[in-house]
Amino acid sequence: MAKQDKQPQHAPDTGHEWDGIRELTNPPPRWWMIAFHAGWIWCVVYFILYPAIPLVHESTKGILGWTQIKEFKADVKANDAIRAPYLKKVAAMDGQQLLADEGMRNFAESSAKALFGDNCAACHGAGGEGAPGLFPVLADDDWLYGGDIDTIIESITDGRMGDMPAHGEMLSDEEINQLTDTVIAASQGKVTQEQLAQFDEIGCSGCHGENAAGGAINELGSGAANLTDGIWRFGGSREDIMRTIRDGVNQEDVPNTRVAIMPPFGEKLSPEEIKMLAVKVYQFGGGK
Amino acid sequence: MDNTNEQQANLEDIYEEAAHWHVNTGGETIHAKRIGGWFRSFKWYAGSLWLLYFIMPYFRWDGQQAILFDIPSRQFHFFAATIWPQDIWMLSLVLILLAMTLFGVTAVAGRVWCGYFCFQTVWTDWFTWLEDKIEGNPIQRRKLDAAPWNARKIRLKVFKHSLWMLIAILTGVTFAAYFTDVYALWVDYLTLDAPLVAWVVLASFIFGTYVFAGFMREQVCFWLCPYARIQSVMVDKDTIMPTYDKKRGEPRGKIKGKGASERGDCVDCHLCVGVCPTGVDIREGMHEGCITCGMCIDACDGVMEKVGRPKGLIRYASRKDMDGESLPPLFKRPRVLAYSTIFLLAVFGIAYGLTHIPPVELSIVHERQPLYLQMSDGSIQNKYTIKAVNKTPKNMHLHLRVTGLPSIKIRMNDGDEIVLHAGKLNRFHVYLRAMPSLLKKEDTKIRFVLESVDPADKIRLEKGTVFIGPRK
Repeated sequence: MAKQDKQPQHAPDTGHEWDGIRELTNPPPRWWMIAFHAGWIWCVVYFILYPAIPLVHESTKGILGWTQIKEFKADVKANDAIRAPYLKKVAAMDGQQLLADEGMRNFAESSAKALFGDNCAACHGAGGEGAPGLFPVLADDDWLYGGDIDTIIESITDGRMGDMPAHGEMLSDEEINQLTDTVIAASQGKVTQEQLAQFDEIGCSGCHGENAAGGAINELGSGAANLTDGIWRFGGSREDIMRTIRDGVNQEDVPNTRVAIMPPFGEKLSPEEIKMLAVKVYQFGGGK
Repeated sequence: MDNTNEQQANLEDIYEEAAHWHVNTGGETIHAKRIGGWFRSFKWYAGSLWLLYFIMPYFRWDGQQAILFDIPSRQFHFFAATIWPQDIWMLSLVLILLAMTLFGVTAVAGRVWCGYFCFQTVWTDWFTWLEDKIEGNPIQRRKLDAAPWNARKIRLKVFKHSLWMLIAILTGVTFAAYFTDVYALWVDYLTLDAPLVAWVVLASFIFGTYVFAGFMREQVCFWLCPYARIQSVMVDKDTIMPTYDKKRGEPRGKIKGKGASERGDCVDCHLCVGVCPTGVDIREGMHEGCITCGMCIDACDGVMEKVGRPKGLIRYASRKDMDGESLPPLFKRPRVLAYSTIFLLAVFGIAYGLTHIPPVELSIVHERQPLYLQMSDGSIQNKYTIKAVNKTPKNMHLHLRVTGLPSIKIRMNDGDEIVLHAGKLNRFHVYLRAMPSLLKKEDTKIRFVLESVDPADKIRLEKGTVFIGPRK
């Protein structure tokens, strides 16, 4: 077999010649032509299979019917399938059991991250740090309604609404002043017997307890604050305390009253979601 | 008129030069002749190292595959060692080591990798050996290629391609076997029950092997392989490579006939070109297509022996050798020294890494929102999330101490003892409390010390972090 002559000057020409220079017809290399044809064929196939050409209102659909949202939904479904057995376990366990099981505790805490962000963080902060004077801190160990997991679940499910009467019209300015002194002294552990006697006489001890250590749900369900610790629900400055005594909490006709309403989430969230949220809240660091 | 002539002459010059450009673009299949010899044998031995590639997956160590890239659980098992993603920095050292080996060897003896060890040339060698056995020598092969299709041609071609395909399939299955249990993988493939990714890997490796070794061959070295180009620029005048001794060989020509006595030793038999797997004419000097496999040396030595002239007309020699200069010793060549130094550093690094893989990968994340909290007793609480990967096959039972702040209180979910489960990422919270009066600064540096409950285990992990309190 004769050796193929590959020299460029011996390639066939187009018949065009200028000053002895011929226009040769050296074709592109085979592999290049293959890649070129494979390229446009790929494009055509892609355009037929997938959404591609933008028209006036929408693009062509493609015969595969693929869309991003369908792919997303399929992925969500796959994810849900992986989570399903764990959620089943969550449903079967109560709060205490969830906390005691290391693996389920981590699952609940991680799962609740998005739930907390969507439902809780707007008021309570992403890390349960609350907002001073406005929304309660969830990460400390001062609980108005109780910090055990079951009570936390109850608080999320049914919500909470504080209730403290406004004393502005019942008491004189001086009495309010004296009560403020009492409360500040109580938080520093320096309260005197005379102060506590007045505290009792006015009726504060009915909710906050005889030694002002309140801190539990009373029969009114109002969650009276513990006045002997260093944590203040509505701010610990003298002005803040006086305002709380004068205008109360959640009083309808008092314009300057403190607002403390936790909406119920029992209808919005499933019992499993609430359980997992409670685990996360408990794990902020203040759970009891 | 003169002008035209001059132009014509210039043009001829250009074409004359172009006549020497032999660019192999794969338009013609290279059918290389196979000849025995020292380098031919060496290539077989070197290439047979690749048999290890096919065998290794079947070795077991401690009840599991000796070499296993376990991607789902993110572990790489290499005999007794288990490499976790955290130890992957050693991979970079391995890559440096391999690169330096390649560079160093290339600087000393040219493209040794390409000629004898590269999977592309070795697989091609196997493929062409089969071709040679089935379809005959290069002349018969060319004839067969040109012949019209008949029963014999079909039979030979089908036989050849089936064997090629068999090697390709074995190559693909073997590659996949490094990522999963090989025995289960065979069952999965044979029962058509393998996961999609296994099929994709298999298909691409079959395709790659079959096309690259069966059809593209030297074209891969010419146009696809980056290492070929890297190596080509790493040779210098000191590098020994298969070289044609021009002084001795030229002018080449027939042994007998007019002017035979003035001719050089090259008898111009073209056998060196005929045996070249990349179609290079070594007599034209160093060539980008030369993979330095030494087949031309074998061929020329055979011819020289037959015609009674000394061997070594084509031999491993450097430019300096050919110019009559002497080569400097290896330890005086800066390239060699630089490559070996980096090579040794990488070796030490890998040895250090393998002997010092920490048993536990510990990270302590201080809660950022809130940084600290006041508790009802007036103390300050900080929350930490600890993530600990226990890379040993045993559960660890540990106690936590905190140093750096006196009378700090530790609280955890599951009591005092921490259990790090074997081979798992363990995640748990630690809450620390301290009275603000004890905090001298806003940030206090503290250390977490984890010690084994049983002192006999001698496990001690330590990591620093910070305790944050109110601004002072």
